[in-house]
Amino acid sequence: MKRHLMKGSKVVFLALYLIFMVFPLYWIVITSLKPQKEIFSFPLKYWPSELTFENYINIIKISKFHVYIANSLLISLSAALIVCCIAVLSAYVLARYKFRSHRQVMLGFFLTQMLPGFVALAPLYLLMSRLDLINTRYSLILMYTVGLIPFSTILLKGFFERIPSSLEEAAMIDGCSRLSALIRVIMPVMMNGIAATFIFAFVQNWNELFMAVLFIDNESLKTLPVAMNSFVMKFDVDWGAMSAGTVLSVIPTIALFAIAQRFIVEGLTQGAVKG
Amino acid sequence: MKDDHPSIIGRFQAGFRNSPRGFIFFSLLPTLILVLAFTYYPFLRGIVMAFQNYQLFDLTNVRFIGLDNFKNIFNDPKFKHAAVNSAYWVFISLILQFTIGLTVALMLSKRFRGRGIFQGFVFYSWALSGFLIGLIWKWMFNSQIGVINDLLLRTGIIQERIGFLSDPNWAMTSVIIANVWYGIAFFAIMLLAALQSVPSELYEAGSMDGASGARKLFNITMPYIMPTVITTTLLRAIWIFNDPSIIYGLTNGGPAGSTHILSSLMLDKIMYGGDYGAASAIGIVMIGILLLYTIFYLSVTRSAKMGDF
Repeated sequence: MKRHLMKGSKVVFLALYLIFMVFPLYWIVITSLKPQKEIFSFPLKYWPSELTFENYINIIKISKFHVYIANSLLISLSAALIVCCIAVLSAYVLARYKFRSHRQVMLGFFLTQMLPGFVALAPLYLLMSRLDLINTRYSLILMYTVGLIPFSTILLKGFFERIPSSLEEAAMIDGCSRLSALIRVIMPVMMNGIAATFIFAFVQNWNELFMAVLFIDNESLKTLPVAMNSFVMKFDVDWGAMSAGTVLSVIPTIALFAIAQRFIVEGLTQGAVKG
Repeated sequence: MKDDHPSIIGRFQAGFRNSPRGFIFFSLLPTLILVLAFTYYPFLRGIVMAFQNYQLFDLTNVRFIGLDNFKNIFNDPKFKHAAVNSAYWVFISLILQFTIGLTVALMLSKRFRGRGIFQGFVFYSWALSGFLIGLIWKWMFNSQIGVINDLLLRTGIIQERIGFLSDPNWAMTSVIIANVWYGIAFFAIMLLAALQSVPSELYEAGSMDGASGARKLFNITMPYIMPTVITTTLLRAIWIFNDPSIIYGLTNGGPAGSTHILSSLMLDKIMYGGDYGAASAIGIVMIGILLLYTIFYLSVTRSAKMGDF
């Protein structure tokens, strides 16, 4: 009897939690598929009388939405790729060697994750203008890369530590250099970890708003979050277009996260669980 | 011949192979240069700015003004309000995210059919940006055509629409609800991973000694996952404290500054006021609070238990 009660309350709790988590997404998707007049009419409809893509067509008409998507893709992909290349090297070294400043380097990485990053925001703007990078995609590619190096290194370090070092030692005895042992022997084994890091970095870049708002105001260079931000100011009441824009912005990240979630969790929890 | 006069590249490669020092140095070089130049330099520059009159729209008049920025922000009622809000925002969000996250993790720790799909549906909030989450909840909280008012009216819980975002008495609660929604997944995922690492022998031993479910939870499970609990709550508190994006998307600090926390107030000074000096001063106060908090938290929970995450 007690057992049934326990099981029953568990099912109820999980069901409520599921509704709580899914409903906001459901609501924004449904809003984006409603005909304009139904969005603002009473009583609210929880399922539209007809599903329409008019909001999506509308948002592409009133703004350069395809341009923003292309910019976001280009910037997020490039930065994620560069981050992976750089972080693989530093993570490998930090995982395999104990050198004199090892502790300090790790501490330096952890600190970047804890300090309020916005302290650097204003000086970064000045630095970018001095480097003549304001209103260029390079500014964002550069800053997204830098911003993610510490975290990606920590993440990848966890993956490297799970691979026995006998693997590359054997390759080096066979005459491989350290670098080619890393590239030819180790990297293929940890493709999961690298993919997870890449996807994590991509999602972060795709979502970043504040630097992008500060560095970019040229219409043809805007990323999706910047565009959504100007949308809020311009069309605050046009929730049809806004919801369509939101849905377009979140689809890629949700899809990617669904694929990579397991690996990312593995990497993240490695250290924490080990205690 | 080749051995007598190795090429420069060959010598370089040989050096690489024989001494890990060179390899370590060159592998870390790009990372160190980038992080120092574009993270630590601007950060330190920001700290200096706190002691300067630094207005974006008055750049000819940049000069050191001692502690004036700090005096100004401490005399600003908005700042005090934001500081109190920050405490409230972190504390309530953290407690709710943690308790709900732990409950979910405990319920998911035993395998059942459909668990993987269930996780996919409840953990996706991780992939969204705080700004967009703010927008989604802004739409749902809308006082005229928002779905939350509609649901509460339909079920008879309220008789009149609530201005969730326009009523200063409600606005803070509303942004916290959105933040809790965002962060449960983090705790659930981390704690679930920790729970699955508890060796089953411990539970078997507990059962043999006749321990009840609740006793097993407090005497076996909790002590075992304690390092994860301490690390995740510490880190999460810092992130919640630092991240203004949900508030930015949801209320942008409004109505009348009533939902500003320290980080959103600082952002506001940078993005709209161009007052970099004052923004940096707020940033320094935040660093001070974070330092005190971390020291306090670690000494209370005894850092020895902390995982090396």
